[in-house]
Amino acid sequence: MANMQPNKTPICEQDPKVRARNFYEVSLGYTDEEALNEAKRCLNCKTKPCTTGCPVGVRIPEFLEKIVEGDIPAAYKIITSTNGLPAVCGRVCPQENQCEGKCVRGIKGEPVAIGRLERYCADYMASREIKIERPASNGHKVAIVGSGPSGLTCASDLAKLGYDVTIFEAFHTAGGVLMYGIPEFRLPKSIVQHEIENLKKLGVKIETDMVIGKILSIDELFDMGYESVFIGSGAGLPNFMGIPGEGLVGVYSANEYLTRTNLMKAYLNEYDTPIIKSKAVAVVGGGNVAMDAARCAMRLGAEKVYVIYRRSEAEMPARKEEALHAKEEGIEFVYLTNPIEILGDENGRVNGIKCLKMELGEPDERGRHSVNEIPDSEFIIPIDTAIMSIGTSPNPLIRSTTHGLEANKRGCLIVDENMLTTKKAVYAGGDAVTGAATVILAMGAGKTAAKAIDEYLRNK
Amino acid sequence: MFKIIRKRELNDQVMLMVIEAPLIAKKAKAGQFIIFRTDELGERVPLTIADYDADKGTITIIFQKIGRSTMQLGTMEEGDCILDVVGPLGIPTHFDEGIKRVAVIGGGVGCAIAYPQAKALFNAGVKVDLIAGFRSKDIVILEDEMKAVSTNLYITTDDGSYGSKGFVTTKLQELINSGVKYDCVVAIGPVPMMKFVCNVTKPYGIKTIVSLNPIMIDGTGMCGGCRVTVDGKIKYACVDGPDFNGHKVDFDELIRRNSAYKDFEEDSRGHICRLTGGVRNG
Repeated sequence: MANMQPNKTPICEQDPKVRARNFYEVSLGYTDEEALNEAKRCLNCKTKPCTTGCPVGVRIPEFLEKIVEGDIPAAYKIITSTNGLPAVCGRVCPQENQCEGKCVRGIKGEPVAIGRLERYCADYMASREIKIERPASNGHKVAIVGSGPSGLTCASDLAKLGYDVTIFEAFHTAGGVLMYGIPEFRLPKSIVQHEIENLKKLGVKIETDMVIGKILSIDELFDMGYESVFIGSGAGLPNFMGIPGEGLVGVYSANEYLTRTNLMKAYLNEYDTPIIKSKAVAVVGGGNVAMDAARCAMRLGAEKVYVIYRRSEAEMPARKEEALHAKEEGIEFVYLTNPIEILGDENGRVNGIKCLKMELGEPDERGRHSVNEIPDSEFIIPIDTAIMSIGTSPNPLIRSTTHGLEANKRGCLIVDENMLTTKKAVYAGGDAVTGAATVILAMGAGKTAAKAIDEYLRNK
Repeated sequence: MFKIIRKRELNDQVMLMVIEAPLIAKKAKAGQFIIFRTDELGERVPLTIADYDADKGTITIIFQKIGRSTMQLGTMEEGDCILDVVGPLGIPTHFDEGIKRVAVIGGGVGCAIAYPQAKALFNAGVKVDLIAGFRSKDIVILEDEMKAVSTNLYITTDDGSYGSKGFVTTKLQELINSGVKYDCVVAIGPVPMMKFVCNVTKPYGIKTIVSLNPIMIDGTGMCGGCRVTVDGKIKYACVDGPDFNGHKVDFDELIRRNSAYKDFEEDSRGHICRLTGGVRNG
């Protein structure tokens, strides 16, 4: 008999006042008892809508059942049979729009906390030796460009099929956005590295400091004997608003602010990375990246942190939990507001942001409201740092150096339903194809590509 | 890991290093740069490639020991390995077809980068006037090398202790006044120097290429830290540059942005509260 408690089993979190000033993980995870209690909430319904909501097709009711039976290794095995990065997904997936969004328990109450339970299984196994069997090699070489979520997933699936996989990473550390973008307090870097170590045990080779498109071209990878290439090079160029003042000292892109903080560890004294000591910070944008930047700014010592978003709270694209956590930590949300200028002092340092009030207009065919400026509604928020978090455009390095690789007018690589680009044997996925999106969608793309690459090479 | 093959002190402050990096050496072209990181705790620092040898598999970098990372690099010896060297990054310098006479201008350690530009042009049969500016005689570098790749070498020093007294701009103005017609000017050095060179050439409409070295992290167009305003638009030095048309660059903004962490460099060894778990400024 299922546990009919209407709400999710609460999860232990660091006190907001305390955590707002440290980089330790916010959510402490379920205990064995809590996990068991929560897993019992699954009705094991016939239709299994949750699985259709998962971009990598995790067999959710099956792994929940194993938790109820107390067989966590079996639960973990079920998850990892389709998902190479469970500790990551359990923490950063937007479950409310995916598995949990479809859960029938969510109709009259809260859905089963699938994300938390996925994390529980991964964390449980992290402290235990997992036997990873290296599959027999099939002798075919595949190159993967970029070691973010799409590249890691593609590599994992191909390695399990016996391919000789090499990942080329531009940075000095593998992990892509999981390392440079998502902060430690949301996704501890040791967890990412643990997942990458598991991948290496499968036989995947990782070459860092390799900017493909510069040091080697895609065509040269083929000359070196790679029979197929997957491009998961990520989003790249940060967007700016094009308003006056974006060149002032104290204006960051979210990418730069997060890279300094997370990859380059500006928050730790022993690292050389500099970052501005901010007192008042405005983050412009309403996505997950904006939440991460705002919460990092708070942890780096800011007294005031504002998130400025041009629509209202209901339209904000960030994961609900992130916005809630940010509010608890004292971050102020300034909705229906759009910056028109960043102001600076005589030394060219930011000292304010001039904004206009906005109002929602009619919703479009997709239900998204247009926004209109309210005339004469200008006001200034005093700040010393502005972080622009309004999306990115795909990285031009590879497409500009690869003959036959076509992109759309936004610079995103064009692929078919199997992630095949316009160039023979070259596949792509993740933000390089979609523009800024989520970890799990990138993983889904890496998975689809791995399947297609396998089919292509088997029929070659 | 990238082995240091040769190390040579050019003056008290400036160091030359030949580094084993065969893949980079194979692809490098004049005007491109690398990013290095000496150790796990270090910053990523961009440096323009001063020379490269595809056959030997080496690249040459010349740097001034000015910040914590370059000082650290300066302490490394032949045979030591640099943890990370990434490149070649940026777009190689492009010269228009048919140019006949060029002034290549280097300021201080910028001469290290002006030198390969002069060499490439000189070897292609272009008449090269190389103007190399230094603060004083004791920090003059690469004089013989520069002489070998220029039609005329003019050394200037701020204090007049060597060559002619004054700035590179004084010499450039003099040459232009004397009737020399340049198809192009290349200026590489401190940002204010490049700005003033552009001020000299602009009234004559002489195309002026500058090589910018703003603050940078990844060098692949991801972080946006290296953005500069060129012709009123945001450009990224790492993927759109590092060379730009000097007459369109907002140098004052670049000077300000390059000084963003001056205070930080000064108190980077400051007190950290352990109560905050080692969180800086916590």
